[in-house]
Amino acid sequence: MEKQLALQMRGITKRFGPVVANDHVDLDVYEGEILAILGENGCGKTTLMNMISGIYFPDEGKIFVDGHEVVIRSPKDAFQHGIGMIHQHFKLVDLFTAAENIVLGVKEEGRYNLKAINAKVAQIAEKYGFHIDPQKKIYDMSVSEKQTVEIIKVLYRGADILILDEPTAVLTPQEIDKLFQVLRRMKADGKSIIIITHKLNEVLAVSDRVAILRKGEHIATVNTAETNEAQLTEMMVGKKVDLNIDRELPRSPAPRLVVEGLNLDDSEGLHVLRDISFTANGGEILGIAGIAGSGQRELLESIAGLQPLKSGKIIFHNPKKDKPVTFFHKSMKRVKELGAQGAFHDRQGKPVSFDGMATGAVRKWVESGDVLFKEDEIIDLRDKTPLQIRELGVRLSFVPEDRLGMGLVGSMGITDNMMLRSYRKGHAGFLDRKKPRALADEIIHELEVVTPGVNTPVRRLSGGNVQKVLVGREIAFAPKVLMAAYPVRGLDINSSYTIYHLLNKQKENGVAVIFVGEDLDVLLALCDRILVINSGSITGLVDARTVTKEEIGLLMTRTDYARKEDA
Amino acid sequence: MSLHHASEVREPLMHLSKRSAIHPAKAWAIRLAAIVLGLAVCGLVAFLLIEKIQEKPEKIWDFYNAFIKGSFSTSRKFWKFLKNLAILLGIALALTPAFRMRFWNTGAEGQTLMGVLGAIAVDFYWGEALPEPLLLALMLLAALLCGGIWALIPALCKAKWNTNETLFTLMMNYVATFVVSYFLVIWVPNGSSSLPKMKTGKLPSVGGNDYLLIILVVLILTVGLYIYLNYSKHGYEINVVGESVRTAQYVGINVRKVIIRTMLLSGMLCGLTGYLIAAGLDQTVTTNSVGGQGFTAIMVSWLGKFNPLAMIVTSGLIQLLNQGAAQISQDFNVSGALPDVITGIILFFIIGSEFFINYQIHFRGGKHAVQAGGEAVK
Repeated sequence: MEKQLALQMRGITKRFGPVVANDHVDLDVYEGEILAILGENGCGKTTLMNMISGIYFPDEGKIFVDGHEVVIRSPKDAFQHGIGMIHQHFKLVDLFTAAENIVLGVKEEGRYNLKAINAKVAQIAEKYGFHIDPQKKIYDMSVSEKQTVEIIKVLYRGADILILDEPTAVLTPQEIDKLFQVLRRMKADGKSIIIITHKLNEVLAVSDRVAILRKGEHIATVNTAETNEAQLTEMMVGKKVDLNIDRELPRSPAPRLVVEGLNLDDSEGLHVLRDISFTANGGEILGIAGIAGSGQRELLESIAGLQPLKSGKIIFHNPKKDKPVTFFHKSMKRVKELGAQGAFHDRQGKPVSFDGMATGAVRKWVESGDVLFKEDEIIDLRDKTPLQIRELGVRLSFVPEDRLGMGLVGSMGITDNMMLRSYRKGHAGFLDRKKPRALADEIIHELEVVTPGVNTPVRRLSGGNVQKVLVGREIAFAPKVLMAAYPVRGLDINSSYTIYHLLNKQKENGVAVIFVGEDLDVLLALCDRILVINSGSITGLVDARTVTKEEIGLLMTRTDYARKEDA
Repeated sequence: MSLHHASEVREPLMHLSKRSAIHPAKAWAIRLAAIVLGLAVCGLVAFLLIEKIQEKPEKIWDFYNAFIKGSFSTSRKFWKFLKNLAILLGIALALTPAFRMRFWNTGAEGQTLMGVLGAIAVDFYWGEALPEPLLLALMLLAALLCGGIWALIPALCKAKWNTNETLFTLMMNYVATFVVSYFLVIWVPNGSSSLPKMKTGKLPSVGGNDYLLIILVVLILTVGLYIYLNYSKHGYEINVVGESVRTAQYVGINVRKVIIRTMLLSGMLCGLTGYLIAAGLDQTVTTNSVGGQGFTAIMVSWLGKFNPLAMIVTSGLIQLLNQGAAQISQDFNVSGALPDVITGIILFFIIGSEFFINYQIHFRGGKHAVQAGGEAVK
């Protein structure tokens, strides 16, 4: 190639404790090209770019700019070498104007001359085809305008190598087209552009070459013109690895949780979930696959009663058929109402009627265990708080993604964390720590949790042990539905298998398990069916026993695939 | 950070890393060292500023001795020490439930002052008309109500509009001061704004001691609050909300309700201390009835790590410093500002020591190399 090398990386390695985020990565970037860096979540794309832009320092390896070895210790060093990064989360001062943000921190000769700055900003904007008002305040700007400010900020500092981290994630299709036009102009001007992404169609649309990373390693760099979606997907997800996780066929699966037409907007009115419908069956593991941030977290939180829905239904089928009625979750009034509706029968199958009976007699009859439900109970969970859901007798367990920030209280010991779900029991104003303590001991023993003591704050435990505590608690309440978000993220092999085993056990017990995962090998080996979600919409429902990794990879990444019919 | 291959990359001279855990004995050793260091610096300052010590350097021991003398030399001073400790501790206890919830209530001064005002108002209007026990009970009720309302207003705004509680509660202090000024103008027609001591509504003395009842009430409050925070369901909810609002929502705790309930409690306990000041000590109200203790109490609660039992020690320490400083001013005949300087120096060292308990310093070439990925701060 006759093109001039702008940036070279040789043997770049970065470790975070035992985790190797980048393993001897070699990468070349030429002048006047757009290089896409493609990879799944957690493959080390952002870490690699952070090392060029001065956020992290590599443990090993060398970086060359224009053929000279450089040491980049801070973003300032990076700018001196003409490298600028546009982060996924914008770093702007809301109260300042665009121009003020652009010059913030730039040391220039002479006096601070806002007029000259505005003129220079306008000149850069014109050169590359941006539309921007330098005097507009950031808080008045749309997401796309803010991104423009970030890009100009980098250009203003004289960057020749621009790194964009997931620049399209927050943009509308029209805005994406505009951004790509700008990028092409910059390329024509001789700039090197690195764009981090996991959207295949965008890679194909805008890049000249594609570098694929997988699990911290650089797999290959290919010319965009000579590749296609299938080849890229295969390189991105890799060959199937057999994990040897036991998987039995579901035993008589019956609908347990039915989600219909779920729509959810975030606080800014953007669609987070669009028309989600699926059924989770008791006795099977339903996997949810998707790029991180496609709405998985919001979906689980919606079911758990933590998100105010725009529309949709969440129907829980409580498997009560032929089970005795109790007063645990029902008042006498409610039992009488249901009795009047003919919802119960006795052990001989005769309809139960409480007509004309005294309250005491009804209580006695119900407590004798001879009053049975005729059918499964149907409960709509929509607009119910987590507390109301529990009070209705819906045993819904949820292992959230953010273990210490949501599932557990980091400063409390295992015993106190066991109480989180159950501390309200009883009418006394004081806590009963006896049962939680026993449960804590049981979980430590059975799941082999390594901890100095039951009262050691859980945030001091290792990731695997924290997760065992959380999953152990959620399973202890004999759930009917168990939702787990990335339950093995950051865990070592042994802890991961402990978790797989626990989930399989729940499936065997007839629980409807919903498993949100990122490792496709695990999803394929553990789940019965897999729901693929992409930008808040379902793009496919596949049989985990027959589907291939590439098929799922495509469903996850191809945006034009959205809203295709369910499998 | 220290593992680079490149020779031109030098490790910084020193950097800090957060400690994951520290042995309690080590933490106390650091605190003790800080106090000793603080006292040494105080000695130096005294030597530079007090002529008597410059003339006779051995007088420096009298200087240190004054800290003991200030609180323990006579039984009157000792009771005063206990009484002041109790009032300061009472306000600090009131703040603690809010602080555990990470609701930064800086309005204890105003909430306590409103408690004083409420009690004195009842005394002023019905003191002559009601029998003493009923009057005292009504005064208590008014104090609790006034303190509670003063805390409830910012809590409601926080729960409804997520206003900043620190600023809001702080501003309420000034409002409280002006409310007191307003009533003083009405109650004292001669324009002096100084309300004479009430003749009614005085807490009885126990065992012939005017302070004992106050001390006992605060002691019971300390133990009661310790139990409430650590063993009750409410206390557990406060801790969960304080640690993570998301966890609280996840397990179905009504966060707004907990915020409002806890702030009401916090304000009512301030009101209770205000009642002790009004009915047990002052028998009157001025804009300075609480005298800044509402702010000192913030420090007491923080230094005591929001643990009511530990707060007995921290409020005692601060009271010891206060009375010691007053003693120094008397013994050495120095201006009133020097004692404040000395108190300030020692508190500076005590608060500063918390930094060394939370962070560890590594020097270049030291034996403790930071592991990769450790939370190192340049």
